[in-house]
Amino acid sequence: MREHQPQESCLGRGLSWQKWLIIGLIVAALHFLPWTFPPQYVHIMIMIFLFTIMGQGWNILGGYAGQFSFGHSLFFGLGAYTSTLMFVHWGLSPWIGMVFSCFIGIMMGLFVGYLSFRFGLSGPFFALIMLAFAEVFHMISISWKAVGAALGLLIPLKGTSIALMQFVDKKPFYFITLWMMIGALYLVWRMEKTRMGLYFLAVREDNDAAEALGVNTLKYKMVAMTLSAGLTSIGGTIYAQYLLYIDPDITFGVMNSIEILIRPIIGGPGTVLGPLLGSLVLTPLAEFTRLAFQSYGGVYLMIYGAILVGVIMFLPDGIMGLAKRVFYKMRKEVG
Amino acid sequence: MESNRFLSVLNVSKSFRGLAAISNVSLELNPGEILGLIGPNGAGKTTLFNLITGFLRADSGEIEFLGKNLVGLEPHQICKMGITRTFQIVKPFSHLSTLENVAVGCYNRTADLKEAEEKAWEIVQFVGLNKKALDPASSLTTPDRKRLELARALATVPRLLLLDEVMSGLNPTEEHEIIDLVRKIREAMGLSDRIVVIHHGVCIADGDPRTVGEDNSVIEAYLGKGAYLAKD
Repeated sequence: MREHQPQESCLGRGLSWQKWLIIGLIVAALHFLPWTFPPQYVHIMIMIFLFTIMGQGWNILGGYAGQFSFGHSLFFGLGAYTSTLMFVHWGLSPWIGMVFSCFIGIMMGLFVGYLSFRFGLSGPFFALIMLAFAEVFHMISISWKAVGAALGLLIPLKGTSIALMQFVDKKPFYFITLWMMIGALYLVWRMEKTRMGLYFLAVREDNDAAEALGVNTLKYKMVAMTLSAGLTSIGGTIYAQYLLYIDPDITFGVMNSIEILIRPIIGGPGTVLGPLLGSLVLTPLAEFTRLAFQSYGGVYLMIYGAILVGVIMFLPDGIMGLAKRVFYKMRKEVG
Repeated sequence: MESNRFLSVLNVSKSFRGLAAISNVSLELNPGEILGLIGPNGAGKTTLFNLITGFLRADSGEIEFLGKNLVGLEPHQICKMGITRTFQIVKPFSHLSTLENVAVGCYNRTADLKEAEEKAWEIVQFVGLNKKALDPASSLTTPDRKRLELARALATVPRLLLLDEVMSGLNPTEEHEIIDLVRKIREAMGLSDRIVVIHHGVCIADGDPRTVGEDNSVIEAYLGKGAYLAKD
């Protein structure tokens, strides 16, 4: 054993059985929650899970690989429209639609990604390219009659059916989103411990240094884009099935891009739990302020803005950054 | 052209908007030697490094490594072939720990986490950063960052290591520590010394350190015309 080298692995550290037990208990408790909570709270939980899934999608590209996207509504919208159009016109099950959504989102992501990354665009330039593409689809969806134009699309409710991903009750959506969120969190947690995960971080920290050490930065940015676009598109499909209505603004709109990226940024970009923590704080806040200030539509946006300013000034690494600092301080004081 | 040469740079030129940074530089590198590339500020040393490692593309000329042409390859491909460079202005992955920084280099030769971590500990120990292995790279001092830069480069298992001004910004004591480290690498690999001097993008001298130090054009490049070297 070398000097100062700890017993356990430092790169691929797993969780102790105590932590697994706590996670298991929390997950088990979450399964009883829809029967004890009133429906409006179940709705908030579903939104928390859904935005964690999409926030995790953004997090892979923006938080881990460091390519800040300001237009993730592009993937959300493509996901929502693809499955919805297939369902409305051909009666195709949204579960199969979700696969197509995922595919189309990834294709679009690879296209935009190749355009930008091939020429080394990053930072604000990449952010604006993503915004531009989201806006292009925003405009197309507003003006194209075949996809419902500005009125949007209503998804006909055909009654409770697992195959059609339609339920009169909120509980099934609760479980669908809960388990998809757990899947997304697990995926990113596993990813962190692989070569790919470390390469993403290297690309984020310094592109040139990563290249010099043999990292194919273009390839890894494209891989991050693939995972990110796929996950966000899936979120779009579920969102459409849950609300049974989509229109250009709530799917491709700029506000939606902000909704997706603000949660991982506040929770802690580039961390597994960041999107979940951000979503736990912001989603209830957004829902309650919407209820409290019904006649003033933009109040929750002002609150978002204030929180964002505060977080960027005082918690540049988000809630997770704060938690880590407090944790290290406590450990040092203890011994 | 014989193809068993180690590194050969042949008549390479590079200009930026008409300003020649490197003109017709040729140099040969043999296996097992340390080649010192020196020259005054702005001579084109870093540009030559960038050309060899693929960060810049040469306007003309050939760069061959073990008989394979390097011009047009991406930096990561050149790294895979066995040429790794360090940066004059260090570029640590600030938010990652020292160990993780080195592990990025280790992953160049293996995809296995255990193997990479084992190798990373070995190299961290070799350069003397083991006490700080788990600290974030942003907390390292300047000399330690230079060590880290070297450690990461070594971790890629290079056949050719290009060190770009590893000593810049260090005080004499710190310089000696890095020199000791480079000596350690040299001893581990059994290398010998040679120096190439470039000035205004042109190669002006090539030889062992003593001959080069006495070369008139070299003295002129550093100290100006009329200067002379006091001989003992």
